[in-house]
Amino acid sequence: MAAQPNFKDKDMQVIIGWVLRLGVIVSMAVVFFGGALYLYRHGHSITDYSVFKGVPDFVNPSGIINGILAFRGRAIIQAGIILLVATPVLRILCSAIGFILEKDWLYTAITILVLLIIFISMLTGHAG
Amino acid sequence: MSVIVLTLIILVGAYFAGLLGSLTGLGGGFIIIPLLTLGLHVNIHYAIGASLVSVIATSSGSAAAYVKEGITNIRIGMFLEIATTIGALAGAMLAMHVQTHVIAVIFGLILAFSAFMSFIKKVEVINAEGSAAATTLRLNGTFPTADGPVKYGVHNVGGGFFMMVFAGMISGLLGIGSGALKVLAMDTIMRIPFKVSTTTSNFMIGVTAAASAVVYLQRGYIDPGLSMPVVVGVLLGALSGSKILVHTKSSGWLRWVFTIVVGILAFQMIYNGITGKI
Repeated sequence: MAAQPNFKDKDMQVIIGWVLRLGVIVSMAVVFFGGALYLYRHGHSITDYSVFKGVPDFVNPSGIINGILAFRGRAIIQAGIILLVATPVLRILCSAIGFILEKDWLYTAITILVLLIIFISMLTGHAG
Repeated sequence: MSVIVLTLIILVGAYFAGLLGSLTGLGGGFIIIPLLTLGLHVNIHYAIGASLVSVIATSSGSAAAYVKEGITNIRIGMFLEIATTIGALAGAMLAMHVQTHVIAVIFGLILAFSAFMSFIKKVEVINAEGSAAATTLRLNGTFPTADGPVKYGVHNVGGGFFMMVFAGMISGLLGIGSGALKVLAMDTIMRIPFKVSTTTSNFMIGVTAAASAVVYLQRGYIDPGLSMPVVVGVLLGALSGSKILVHTKSSGWLRWVFTIVVGILAFQMIYNGITGKI
């Protein structure tokens, strides 16, 4: 393998497969743990999702971190969900690195463009 | 309803949604959103947010398996993700401004269309030569078969790209993977072999959903208490579904059960949307 310095599509596929699998396993474990905690603490409270209640406390990073430190189930679930949403983004990041190693500049540019669009989505969520 | 009872009901419902979604190839979102909105009177924005999260989980989980087999065309996926993420962003922005009953009607229509599309027998024509644009973008590839790798060319890149913007928009607006539209763009318009188009579509769904999920997340439409049983249930259901698929070939009666279920759900969503109950 050492004689072949160039990084191949096949290697990228293996790495991407691992990133996706690991991302799902880790985030689901976090969601599951937070869920158990939430049910243990609030299982008997009454809930209603028929009307939109506005943005909860733990949408911004500081809110989530405070929630986790206070051992709040919902904040931990939210952290797991964010990890899950980050998984495909991490996958794109790996593709970008892979295309750079392959010296495939066209696809490096395409991959960075996709990352940029997702980044813009993140910004528009805050505005308005 | 108490949290524990609601969580258990959603968990069981989401399991069957994931199972059915995986067996039919339509995805869990199509069943879970009507279940939450019609059955449990959950606000449709919350339902869409929770469904988006489950879409990311199932598509990432199954894409991990497909990618290793070398069928997924990462270049086609990457290139078309420009289109789906732009569409997803537009769809998510639109969802914030469109009235809920309009979303319900569009949901019903897309559901009916996707079910219809899954019934149409498609003819596969594999042409080793791709169009000029496909060659420039290096989209043409090979995929493994029993008789060794088969070369395929990609056609009508512009048309496929445009269709993908629409597929992304529907995904962002309704919180589904819109796999049916992605596959339509790839095998009907771009003439990509079925095996490649279905696995590449699955590969793209996670990224598309993530692009709109970041918008939903920040608007507070992804509620942790609701999303938790949805994502856990749908993922487990999809895993069971993929196990069943390995053992049995899609049976006739399953397709009929599915069509009836989907038909009723589509009608209910449209009816409740028009009468303004959602």
